[in-house]
Amino acid sequence: MANNPALVKCLVWDLDNTLWKGTLLEDGEVHLPEEVRDVVVELDSRGVLQSISSKNDSDLALARLRQFGLAEYFVLPKIGWGPKSDSVRAIADELKFALGTIAFIDDQPAERAEVAYHLPEVRCIPADEVLSVVDLPEFTPAAVTVDSRRRREMYQASFEREAEQAAFKGPDEDFLRSLDLVMRVDRADAEQLTRVEELTLRTSQMNATGVHYSDAVLRELMADPEHEVLVTTLTDRFGPHGAVGVMLVAKQDGLWHLKLLATSCRVVSFGVGAALLNWIADQAARAGVHLVADFRRTERNRMMEIAYRFAGFTEESCDCVARLGGDDGTQRLHLIPDRRPAPATMRVITPELTEA
Amino acid sequence: MTAEQDTRTVEETLLGFLEVKTKAKVGLDQDLFASGLVTSMFAMQLVVHLESEYGVAIVGSDLKLDNFRTVTTMAALVRRLRDESAVTEGV
Repeated sequence: MANNPALVKCLVWDLDNTLWKGTLLEDGEVHLPEEVRDVVVELDSRGVLQSISSKNDSDLALARLRQFGLAEYFVLPKIGWGPKSDSVRAIADELKFALGTIAFIDDQPAERAEVAYHLPEVRCIPADEVLSVVDLPEFTPAAVTVDSRRRREMYQASFEREAEQAAFKGPDEDFLRSLDLVMRVDRADAEQLTRVEELTLRTSQMNATGVHYSDAVLRELMADPEHEVLVTTLTDRFGPHGAVGVMLVAKQDGLWHLKLLATSCRVVSFGVGAALLNWIADQAARAGVHLVADFRRTERNRMMEIAYRFAGFTEESCDCVARLGGDDGTQRLHLIPDRRPAPATMRVITPELTEA
Repeated sequence: MTAEQDTRTVEETLLGFLEVKTKAKVGLDQDLFASGLVTSMFAMQLVVHLESEYGVAIVGSDLKLDNFRTVTTMAALVRRLRDESAVTEGV
């Protein structure tokens, strides 16, 4: 792993003589090579975001991108006359990406040098290497998931959502209701497993144990009738949020053991963690079993402890906790569940866990 | 300052904090979780606000939802925790 360069999360394109052949303001007509279009489409399908830093007339350039049918592939395009290092930095900031995960492609050595000078972490690529970027390891994620294929769409939706929230005058709760949130819980299938693994790797604030479950282990648990591997996805009127939560439950006699709960930090303001805990509590109440949740404190997951506590979990002892036996450093939080109503701020589509 | 005045100050500060956070007017005994919506972000903000503002640690069974349901219950929690720490520190 150590020898692999970090994955590029966003490639920033120059336009003239890089994305297309020709100089828009001088030649008037520019030509887009099909092989370059293929590069854009391929990177997009791998979940690599793409943006633009071009010294050009913004309206003209955007119109040309639309004519080529490429405009929607680029997020946060920066087209103007300022230094390119400024626009590359602004793109990284707005995406909340580290500069080391940004690459910049341009035909002009002076532009690459300017970006490299001010932002040495950014990888600068000469335009004549454009067709080979798809072969580079830093542009090749290990697994391409449903979510990576839709990553650009999810970012575009989140820009719109954030803009609307900033302009929204009423209470936050009214804004949440206006989103038409739909939370869906599914038993994981083979395709969703990659999303689960990605989530356990990416979450830290909202991971109850900090334990990473590998694909192989999850595959085994999925096949085990006594385990439930549950994936949560969230959608709203702006589009998909993708997979936002994973829950691992071991069903035992009189007890459901919540071995893992992790939710994406992208959705901590949406009430997903509490909605999930409410749902599993309601399911457990209907099954007539107690819930025991593993919690292992890390430096960053206090939010998850609060979520459990607010959902009613306590340290009170119970025979069922004793039966599970000890585990070093892991706290066992206990709940005698009651029936709970579905949340008022989102629609919830869930499986029935009480039927095997 | 009497204990009552103290509690009233905590309540007023909380009302101001909540108005900014939720962008809504909040009453002293209004159930903040009446709609069933509990976001992890909001819950965390409440806990951290009380802890940093009043120098208390809210841990274990004190983290239950009922302690945070209204401004009145939160002010009572702060008062109890401060009293307890005053006792243990022998003040």
